[in-house]
Amino acid sequence: MNAIDRKFEPQEFRDYARNWLAQNAPPPPPERLPITPIEVMTVGQRDYLQAWQKKCYMAGLLGTDYPVEYGGHGQTGLQRIANQELERAGVPYLINIIGLSMVAPTIMTHGTEEQKRKFLPACLSGEEIWCQGFSEPGAGSDLSNQRTMAVRDGDDWIVNGHKVWTSLGHFAKWMILITRTSTDHRYEGLTYFLCPIAGHPGVTVRPLIKMTGETGFNEVLFQDVRVPDANRLDAVGKGWVVAMTTLSAERGATEGAGSAGSGAGDPAVGVAKLIDLARTVQRGGGVAADDPVTRDAIMQRAILAEGMKQSARRARVPALCDHPMRLPLQTKLVVTEFDQETARLGVEIAGAQSTLYKRDTRAPAAGHWPLAYINSFGNTIAAGTNEIQRNILGERVLGLPKTK
Amino acid sequence: MLDRKIAPRDFGFGEDEAMLRDMVRKFLSDKLPTDTLRRLVAHAPEPVYDAGNRAPWDTAMWSEIVEMGWTGLAVDEAAGGSAVSVAGIAGIVEELGRAALPSPLIPTLSASLLLRRAGGDVAARVMAAIAGGAAVSLALTNAAGSWEPADAPLIARAEGEDLILSGSAHFVQDAFKVGHLIASARLGDVLVLCVVPTDAAGLTLEQDHIHDLTRDQATVHFADLRVGADAILSRDAAGLLEAAWPAFLTLVAADLCGAAEWLLQTTVAYANERVQFDRPIGFFQAVKHPLVNAMVDIDRARSLLYHAAAEIDADTADAATAARMAKSAASDAAAFISNRAIQLHGGIGFTWEYALHIYFKRNLHNQALYGDGVYQRRKLADALIGPIAAA
Repeated sequence: MNAIDRKFEPQEFRDYARNWLAQNAPPPPPERLPITPIEVMTVGQRDYLQAWQKKCYMAGLLGTDYPVEYGGHGQTGLQRIANQELERAGVPYLINIIGLSMVAPTIMTHGTEEQKRKFLPACLSGEEIWCQGFSEPGAGSDLSNQRTMAVRDGDDWIVNGHKVWTSLGHFAKWMILITRTSTDHRYEGLTYFLCPIAGHPGVTVRPLIKMTGETGFNEVLFQDVRVPDANRLDAVGKGWVVAMTTLSAERGATEGAGSAGSGAGDPAVGVAKLIDLARTVQRGGGVAADDPVTRDAIMQRAILAEGMKQSARRARVPALCDHPMRLPLQTKLVVTEFDQETARLGVEIAGAQSTLYKRDTRAPAAGHWPLAYINSFGNTIAAGTNEIQRNILGERVLGLPKTK
Repeated sequence: MLDRKIAPRDFGFGEDEAMLRDMVRKFLSDKLPTDTLRRLVAHAPEPVYDAGNRAPWDTAMWSEIVEMGWTGLAVDEAAGGSAVSVAGIAGIVEELGRAALPSPLIPTLSASLLLRRAGGDVAARVMAAIAGGAAVSLALTNAAGSWEPADAPLIARAEGEDLILSGSAHFVQDAFKVGHLIASARLGDVLVLCVVPTDAAGLTLEQDHIHDLTRDQATVHFADLRVGADAILSRDAAGLLEAAWPAFLTLVAADLCGAAEWLLQTTVAYANERVQFDRPIGFFQAVKHPLVNAMVDIDRARSLLYHAAAEIDADTADAATAARMAKSAASDAAAFISNRAIQLHGGIGFTWEYALHIYFKRNLHNQALYGDGVYQRRKLADALIGPIAAA
């Protein structure tokens, strides 16, 4: 914790972070990492990434702006710089992504002094991995339709229910959990908990299999699970309000505790890969790279890729932004649809070879394109489907009437 | 390159540029609210579409614009102008698009940026005239509508120091509102650029009958027009034109972005106000979601617009690519919101008396001008993928 033991100036900190990352980039992982941290499946991958997050944290690149008493480094406005430098260095992503980008900001806003001291240090350092218990079989886009019940019993609550799409649930020590504590009110009947998961009696974590055939997330079953009242975040009945804090943190509305390296690759790299593919695949008597229709489609992707980069840049120029949330709230929609359509174009360009699964050694780019396309729906659905994102943008930015 | 030039992170769009833009926005919203625009250019369809008159424009307002020095915004300070950066000009042109202002200002700004790059006595003289209120347009396009420098519309032959120009320049913007044209011609293997007055003997303006009500356009015929050394801007202009094109594309992209944002905001306002099935129609996702898609497209185009402007200002090797991306994105974004604006307004949006068609047609014109999205992407593919192998 003594890496940055005094206040740093922005440029000084940037130089420090850049230099530290240049000298401390980790060796290659022992086994290939998945595209995003929420898909980490093996213990080997987890241990490698947890060690890396701890190292970044100790160096002051995570929890940078959090108060020292909560395990942070007590700086002001420097996390953003650390995030930029982490992204720039091309180092591995941070495994406790849910903890950093969603849990920590929520506990900072709604937690008691004791909760902040207890949970934040290990969350920032990555020693304790967090998962999110919001979605249920009957509560997806309509989050208020929660059925998981919590009933007061002395100093505890007894939880029964079923959560789904729980990324990192198999490694999680804790879950941010929304429960229903009253059936009288749809929104005011919800209460938010910091719930123990790993090894906790009554909690069952089971892998769910995605349409790719791979596991990637889990379902979590709660059967008479005891959660101490001390683990309740904010008041009984305030769960909806707390959940909104979490979701706005998730949507990039606040600077996370270090949400860099979420795994979203550089879009320009995706376009370069498409061009490489098009140069090797035959179409209409020549290479696909000479087919005018394919060329136009690739250039459309190139323009979108550059547009994403330039919009991130423009979002930091207030004179060129009419509404402060207009660009930030578009990010999820734009990035996930870019990835999906880029992968789909890769499938189209690969033609007959796109039929080959990655097991087949003749598959171009080791079978990346069709698998990436099939897997891409995870991101256009998760974290608020893109239809919900369009509602949010239409309502909060354009000011159109609310759907809810 | 040894000292690689890098555009500033904020696109070079700072307080001065924002103030200038806000001033232009204020002036135009005071002087040319939508109703005034509609009464000015779309009083009735017959004069323009049946009788073939040019759409009217407000010459009194133009005098005020000249008075405020806007013609000289992109002119060098040495020639009496304000030397505003392309990023600053982009901000202003967005406002011209938002107001759908009929005027020769955009061609004049484009011409100024070309002259600034050209340098020399002739350019200095023309820039001084522009700073003093002269309007200038570009005559660089051939009959096929090609915007390639190599396809210059005119033929030049040399007679001593003079050049004799013949042929026709096509799709000349606001030719009837300007005093001078900058025309490109082929002299044997080289390209030359000349400055000619629009009232010169041997020069005829043939009016194009166009859809857009916010400009005029002409085919300009040159009948052995003699230009002296004092009117020859460049005797080897290929490099100059190549370097100037990104700015022309960028200003049209800015016009499209401004007009597209007007259409978006106007349609959003209507969707909040128009009630059907007991609700404002903006409640329905069939209305809400396309408007969000339009916003996303416009934002992409705007980001690419300022990127292009900043690359031009920093004179980087990426300027041409950035400008083509901006023009492609702006053309497509404007096309989409133009389409949705009419559709989501329903019947009223389809009528002459509503102002939407003015913007729709201005956008349609600008989409095609200097090459639409498909055209730009074809050029981009040649640069980023490489030329198509010869069969």
